[in-house]
This record gives sequence, C-alpha cells and structure tokens, in this order.
Amino acid sequence: MPTMVVKNGSVFDPLNGIDGEVMDVFIKDGKVVTNLSSSELKRAEVIDARGKIVMPGGVDSHAHVAGAKVNAGRQMRPEDHIGSVRSRTDIAHSGSGYTVPSVYKQGYDYSAMGYTTVFEAAMPPLEARHTHEEMRSTPMLDMGAYIVLGNNWFLMRYFHQGEIEKAAAYVAWMMKTHKAYGIKCVNPAGVENWGWGKNVHSLDEPNIHFEVTAREVIHGLAEVNEILGMPISLHLHANNLGHPGNWEITKDSLAVASEVSPSQKMNVEWAETKVDPHRTQSVYLAHAQFNAYGGTSWRDFKSGADELAKYVNKADHVVIDNGAVPFGPATCMTGDGPSIHDLYVLAGIGGQKWSNTDIELECGSGVIPFTYLKGSPISAIQWAIGLEMLLLVDDPWKTIMTTDHPNGGVFTKYPQVIAWLMSRRARDDTAAECHKWGYDRSSLGGVEREMSLFEIAILTRANAAKTIGMAHRKGHLGAGADGDVAVYDIDPERFNPDDYEKIIRAFGKAAYTIKDGQVVSRQGEIVAIPEVRRYYCEPKVDEGLAKDMMADVREWFKYYTLGFANYPVPEKYLRNPEPIVVNGAEGGC
Amino acid sequence: MALTRKVRLTPNGEIGIMIEAESVTPDSFAGKSESELREIAVWQGPREVPLSEFFDLEAWDEDGDGTVEILIDGDASRVKRIGQGMTKGKIEISGSAGMHLGSEMAGGEILVRGNAGPWAGMNMRGGRIEVFGDVGDHTGSAYRGSWRGMSGGNILVHGNARSQLGGGMSGGEIVVDGSVENFCGIRQSGGVILVKKDAVRGVGAEMIGGSIAVLGRILQFTPGFVASGSEKEPALGERKIEGEFAKFVGDYAIAKNPKGALYVREGMA
Repeated sequence: MPTMVVKNGSVFDPLNGIDGEVMDVFIKDGKVVTNLSSSELKRAEVIDARGKIVMPGGVDSHAHVAGAKVNAGRQMRPEDHIGSVRSRTDIAHSGSGYTVPSVYKQGYDYSAMGYTTVFEAAMPPLEARHTHEEMRSTPMLDMGAYIVLGNNWFLMRYFHQGEIEKAAAYVAWMMKTHKAYGIKCVNPAGVENWGWGKNVHSLDEPNIHFEVTAREVIHGLAEVNEILGMPISLHLHANNLGHPGNWEITKDSLAVASEVSPSQKMNVEWAETKVDPHRTQSVYLAHAQFNAYGGTSWRDFKSGADELAKYVNKADHVVIDNGAVPFGPATCMTGDGPSIHDLYVLAGIGGQKWSNTDIELECGSGVIPFTYLKGSPISAIQWAIGLEMLLLVDDPWKTIMTTDHPNGGVFTKYPQVIAWLMSRRARDDTAAECHKWGYDRSSLGGVEREMSLFEIAILTRANAAKTIGMAHRKGHLGAGADGDVAVYDIDPERFNPDDYEKIIRAFGKAAYTIKDGQVVSRQGEIVAIPEVRRYYCEPKVDEGLAKDMMADVREWFKYYTLGFANYPVPEKYLRNPEPIVVNGAEGGC
Repeated sequence: MALTRKVRLTPNGEIGIMIEAESVTPDSFAGKSESELREIAVWQGPREVPLSEFFDLEAWDEDGDGTVEILIDGDASRVKRIGQGMTKGKIEISGSAGMHLGSEMAGGEILVRGNAGPWAGMNMRGGRIEVFGDVGDHTGSAYRGSWRGMSGGNILVHGNARSQLGGGMSGGEIVVDGSVENFCGIRQSGGVILVKKDAVRGVGAEMIGGSIAVLGRILQFTPGFVASGSEKEPALGERKIEGEFAKFVGDYAIAKNPKGALYVREGMA
C-alpha cells in the first residue's frame, strides 16, 4: 500500500484548524498518519509541494452525475458531445460530453480538479439500479447517492396517518434495498400533484389523494432522518423552485426543520479532527440560488438572496449549497418535473426539446437543455444570486460551493466560481460584461468580501464532508482520514486576488490529485486509476416495526409495474460497497 | 505567378469498412510532397491507415492561383468526411461521395459528378458544394440534436434530395433541381431553399425564418402555415423566381410570430 509524504506545502485543513501552515502531510497504507518512521520515510514517495497549497481532496456534496435523468440528458443532447471529447490514453478511456459527460470523462474531469469524492444528488428508488450501474463505471471517485423520497406514496400515507416510526422503518428499508446514502426531498407534495398536471405552491396546501402538505413531508422526513441518526441531514430541494419571489417559502421550509434536533448515530471510526466533525444541521438546502428569488414576476425579478441569507445567518440548523450559475450551456435536470415544465414554457420559444417522466409510486423527473447568457437579464441576476448566497452568509460552515451540476452550470466551472468568491475584481469584470440587472437587482455589487483559501477549503471539501456525514474519513487531513489530497499551484506568499486568471488556472488543473495515498492525476493528466468505494447506509430499526411496515409495502406493491423480487439493488451492482451502519445496537458515535 | 497544386487520387481497390477521410482537404494537403501525401492518415474502424492503402496518388504543380485542387478519379461512396472543415481550394470527385461530404465546410468548392451520401454540407458556413446526381438525408442540415445548422455557402443538387434538407438552416442557399422527400427546411431560421420539383410532406415544419420555394407539388402541406396573399416573381434571397406564387407564413405550430416564408406556385398547393 502506498506510503507518501507531501512536503513543505502550505496546508489548508479547516477541520483541523490549519490555515496555510507550511508542513508535511504523511500517508501510510492509504491513510493520513501523523508521521512516518525513518525506514518508512526512505521508501515513501515524496511530493514536493513547496510554494504550492495543499488541501484535502475535493468533496462534491451535490451533483447530478449518475442515473436515468443524467442519461436522458446524454441521449437527448448529441450536440453536447460533438465538441467536447477526451481521447483515450494507455490507462484512461475516451469520453465525450460537456454538460452531460460520459461516466469516464466525468470521473477524469473531477479528478483533474483535485476532487476525490462526489455524491449523486437525486436517485429515484426505481432508477437505483441504473444509478449504481453508472456509478460502478465512474472512475477516480468515491461516491454515494441520495434517494428521492419527498413524494413517496408509502411515506405520504404514513405522514398523513401520523405513523412516524413506521415511516422511519420504511426509510431504513429503502436505504438498504437501494444502497442509498441519504434522504433527498424534492418539491415535497408537489411532484405527486404533477402526476395530475398540478403542483403545490405553499407549505400548507394538501396534495391530491394523499392530502399531505409540504410542511408535513419536510417535518416528517427531517424527523425520520434524526430518528435513524443518518450521516447526512434531510437534503431539501424546496417548493416553488425557479419561481420569482420564492425566497419566502424557502425560508419557511427551512424553519420547519428547526423543530428537529440533529442526531448523527453512525457506527464508524472517526479520524482525528480539531473541530467537531459531526454535522450540526437538521436540513441541508440544495442549490439555494434557484430558491432565493425576489420580485413577483420575471418583469420585476430580483435577487432575494439577502433576505434568505439573513435567515440562514440567524439559523443554526441550516447548511446550504449555492448552485452557482457560471454562464454558458447547462442541462437542467431534476426530480422536480413541474419546474422543468415551467422552464420549458419560459424558454420554449421555438419548441425546445425536453423530457418529463413519472416514476410510479415514487417521484418524477424532468430534463431540458438551457443556456445562461451574460446578456440575459435573468441569467445575470441568477449569476449574482449564486454568489450572494455564499458571500452574504457570514459563517462559511453554513455554506458549500456547487453549480448543482449540470443545472446552474457544469462542474468544470468550479475554478471560475472560486475566482468570483475570492476576487472582487473578478466579480466586477464579469458584471461589466453582463446585463446590468446583475448588479442593479442584487446586492452583489456592494459586497466587499473576498474569501480566503481557508474559506474556499471549507466550501469545497471540509464542510461538504461534514454536512453529509463523511468527515469521519473525508474533507480533512487528520490522522486516520483517507489519504486524499489536492495540491494546487498557488503560492500563498505571492497570492493576489486581483490576478484571478491564475486562480482559475490553478484550481482547473491540480498540480497533483492524490487518492488513498496514490497520485492519480498530475496537471490534469490521469496517471493512475485508483480503487473507488461506494457508500450507503444500513439503518437499524426494531424488527417488529419493520415487519408491520413490510406488510404495508406488500399491500401496495401491486401498483408497481415490476415484481417485488426485482425491486432491490443487489450489492454486486456496487464497486467496493461500504455500508455504514446507522443507529446500530452498539450505539456508534 | 502562383502555382496550383494538383493531386489525383485513384481508388486502387474495393474499400471494405468505410473509411473516414476528414484529412482529405486542400487545407491539409497544402505544402506536402507526394510522398507525404501518401502517408496522410485516414481512419478505418479503430485503426489509422495511410491514404496510399486505398488510393494511388499523383501530385503536380500547374500555373494557377496558389490553391490545392484534389481530384478523386473514381468512386468514393465508401469514403466519409471528404472535405470536412475545408476553407479553400477545390475537390472534384468523378464518381460518388460518402457521408458527411464537406460537413462544417467554411470555404472552397466541392464538385461531385455522381451522388453524395447523407449529411453533405452539415453545419456548412461557407463555400460551395455541387452534386450532379442525388444527395442523401440531412443535406445542409444541423448536427443531430442541434438547433442551428448551415449558416452560409451554397449547395446545388442537380438530382433529388431526401429528407430533412437544410434542417436548422440559418443562412446560405440550397437549390435542388429535382424533388425532396420529408421535412425540407425543418427548423429553418434563415437562408433560402429552392426545390424545383416536388416535396412529400412537412415542408418548413417548425421554421421561424428564411424562405422556401417549391416549384412542383407538395403532397401533404404543413398544417402550421397561413396564406399570405400571392406574389409575382418573388425574391428568394438574391434570386428571383419566375411565375405567380402563393405565399404562406409559418410555422405557427411552434412560434407566436414566425417569419418563415413558403412559396408555392399558384394552383399547386
């Protein structure tokens, strides 16, 4: 197993309070250690990181990278592939695709940027096999997937009847059955209505047949999450996504989860950290940019980010990721079918192609190609909101940087987003190229804040790992952590935020990406194909309760178009499966 | 006086798996010796093969304009992508050409004495393609999945064309002396299509701009078009077409205020 020293780099490891200290990072048998013996040092691979920065491997806590809707995006967009091609090498596959790359290209492109861990944001239960099949073929990355449960018939029935314990037993069974990692809730109560051509637009509007409200679903899932003690909190895609004026329902939705206390009960070994690595949030809001809109229509559309950020600043139970809009081509894809229909109507001049799917008793999905233009007033405001949501929230431990790939933009634009966060000049220069509404209808132009490298490390690895419950091994360089390290060609001594092109270049191609103590990419070139792991949760619940719950499942299983035996995802679908025992008898944390 | 480089390629046998010859352009031939030209690689399936495996090659210089002229002296119907992306010079094919002839072409000229396969002039930006025989589907069309295709240049077909001629076209001109099949000018937003004989159905479907004229019959007329009077010798781009024409505007099925003009000879619609 690899033994390695990353020497003399300026280390940014927020979970261990290390802010640019020049030091060595030691890795033995793929794990970070505090030191190596002299004989180990002699045979260790040495990476010279002098004059460079060293961070834990990047962690993406929200990206659409595997499964049926991603593949629908690939299938409907051959034009997305023709101009974006990666050639094969002796060790790496060829691949193509810009906004919806093929699985191989996706893994290599992430690795080239110093990322080692990516979580798929939305796995419908019925598409779990497909999702795991794609993840099995994705190289370079450790992965897991959140399962979509916000419009699930069984759960809506339990919530309506107030049977929260049975709901928890059902969720536990779904995690094990589909090898899922966390609970994702998309447009609660609304997607079920979309099956009837409708939606819900408030938290207290009962939906059709199930007569359950968004408030009840959010509260129920947040409670179930903490009854089980899941690694990640409830991951929420709020109602009214993409609608002007939605910041208010977003704030109210987050407030619902304030009634639930976080309780992470995992049976894992925790690597050493100085900062408490347990999550403190009971709700993790996805892609806040799409849910921080002001105004009442597209005519008086403006940012609502300052209002939403004010709430997040006061709330201690919330973490957000931003879902930045870095301009350019995107493919919008979500379990929120009606929001994609709205976008189709909005952008549909000329009959644009799109796709929408109903997923039986579980959820829905929609996909549409979209381009964010600097000249478009709406796109310019969305760009501003995406950055405001990170810059206006004072505590970086409440924020994570994403583009909601490929919804706001592609993940390969992360270096550009980092530049905007770190450099006021980068923002001003872009604002000057944009429609004037970008600055006129947001507060971004008045924001002086320029994030430090320490804060960027929080937003792109430390807090992503902490929020999703992977800080026991990811997102930091404490003893016992996975030996995942990114070395970037930035000299902190000579760092100048005005020279933002340099930031973009440095974060675009990591000098070294190290996974489990092995250099896997160098200056953007893939040099080794590492083993990868797939994480999922195995929550323990009372057996009697589980039996009662299974009787309910079997009663309604007749409404599915497949047989019960074909529903579960066998473990053979996963490459190096790593079940995390949750709420186990031994107690855990 | 500038010298024109002339290169003659003569097929030296049957081609099994079709070859992809995007390297056969005046641009990539320029400045190369005869032996270098023989070594130019083309793809056959997964392997790269020198051009000389499929063609005997002669090159010589003549007084001229300094460009490169390629003559393929025989059948090239199993050769794809001839002239892809070319910006200047001339290619003449005495037989037929395979798929993707002159796709993404920006300048220069291609002459085909026989037929051309599907996708000739795909995403073409400039230059000229003339085919004396028939052409396949998607001639002058956009790449699959894309909304914008040919933006400039000219395609002249003396025979017939098949379906989706000029799909997604935003500029340039396509003239077909014969007939077309389905969805000629689908999603057209600019440019000109002239069909001198008949069309089957779907002419101008989803078009929002540009002009199409069909001088023969249209078997099934596209439903989203409305009559907009008649015109004598209407202008089709820079070209005037003789006769009395009924003008239709569409496609209202796809846009609120479409600007696509469809001309049909009076009495033929």
